[in-house]
Amino acid sequence: MGLTYQSSGKGALREDYLNYNVKGDYVIALAGNPNTGKSTVFNALTGLKQHTGNWPGKTVVQALGNYKHGQKQITLVDLPGTYSLLANSPEEQVARDFICFAEPDATVVVVDATCLERNLNLVLQVLEITHKTIVCLNLMDEARRKKIRIDVPALANQLGVPVIPTAARNGEGLTLLKDTINSVAADKTELTPMRLIYDASLEVAIRELAEELDPLLPPQINRRWIALRLIDGDYTVIDGIRKFLEKKMVKEVFAS
Amino acid sequence: MNTMIGNDTLVSLGVGQRGVVTALATEGIGRRRMLDLGFIPGTIVESVRRSPAGDPTAYFIRGVMIALRSEESSKIFVNPV
Ligand SMILES: Nc1nc2c(ncn2[C@@H]2O[C@H](COP(=O)(O)OP(=O)(O)OP(=O)(O)O)[C@@H](O)[C@H]2O)c(=O)[nH]1
Ligand SMILES: [Mg+2]
Repeated sequence: MGLTYQSSGKGALREDYLNYNVKGDYVIALAGNPNTGKSTVFNALTGLKQHTGNWPGKTVVQALGNYKHGQKQITLVDLPGTYSLLANSPEEQVARDFICFAEPDATVVVVDATCLERNLNLVLQVLEITHKTIVCLNLMDEARRKKIRIDVPALANQLGVPVIPTAARNGEGLTLLKDTINSVAADKTELTPMRLIYDASLEVAIRELAEELDPLLPPQINRRWIALRLIDGDYTVIDGIRKFLEKKMVKEVFAS
Repeated sequence: MNTMIGNDTLVSLGVGQRGVVTALATEGIGRRRMLDLGFIPGTIVESVRRSPAGDPTAYFIRGVMIALRSEESSKIFVNPV
């Protein structure tokens, strides 16, 4: 055992985060603000094939479901509805740790087309963690009724990830959403996620800290994001890392 | 837009009155939460309903209703509009 991190295969932590033996091809996370239609999308995609329980160590409800699309078996994880991934309620920690540490093959952020601006805060926070993101622009029927028009290609262009308009309650847009999930999960969609640039001094600090973190973290963990959290004084992220690393190290010690 | 920071906070908005957020005196993780809820300088907030006990108060902000206790709302500075 050296001091550097050795990877022991993709998604080894999923089970730890899910209390569930994941089979199939892809694991997809569903995130979003409260009341944007996540569960409606989840139910429409998975039907009644659901497994519910609690997140390990938390009293936050966890729902998992499966579906098949384009020859792929997909596990969908309905994350708790949150306005943020950073304010550290148990729900936010669950959503954040899952997106950051459990390596979903794609994260779908369900947003409310009738109050898009508010919802984009979470989209940007997710993009800061993972580029494998899809925006599900839900409640399009409501937006049309309220005469709200959204320039979807411009939005997708600016965010640098796919934006799929849907009205999940009547099934509108869900086939395209499933196609897009498969494409992003298989790395077949070009992604150029919008990146938030901070003050020059902060950018220097982020780069220096990220470099120091580099040998300590598993390869797929986003160093920039971890550095940002540490600079923010958010030590709950260390708990996540510790949980992640110690479990992996124990596995490696027993394996060697 | 008037961006001068006065003495008014969300608490001083009467029901039905609107204000533009000018500054937050909230610190730490609470500040992060307020920003995530949409209380960002320049945002218009409307005081919608006060609970019978006077606290919390419901505010309409960026398309949704959010209830705040005076402990939190007294730290959000606004200019009435
Ligand atoms: N008109 C319309 N209503 C929808 C649509 N999608 C969901 N809804 C409705 O919006 C409400 C909230 O949907 P949910 O699926 O429970 O939302 P959620 O994001 O899971 O909510 P939380 O888990 O509480 O955060 C329900 O009444 C749905 O029927 C849609 O596309 N159009
Ligand atoms: Mg739900």
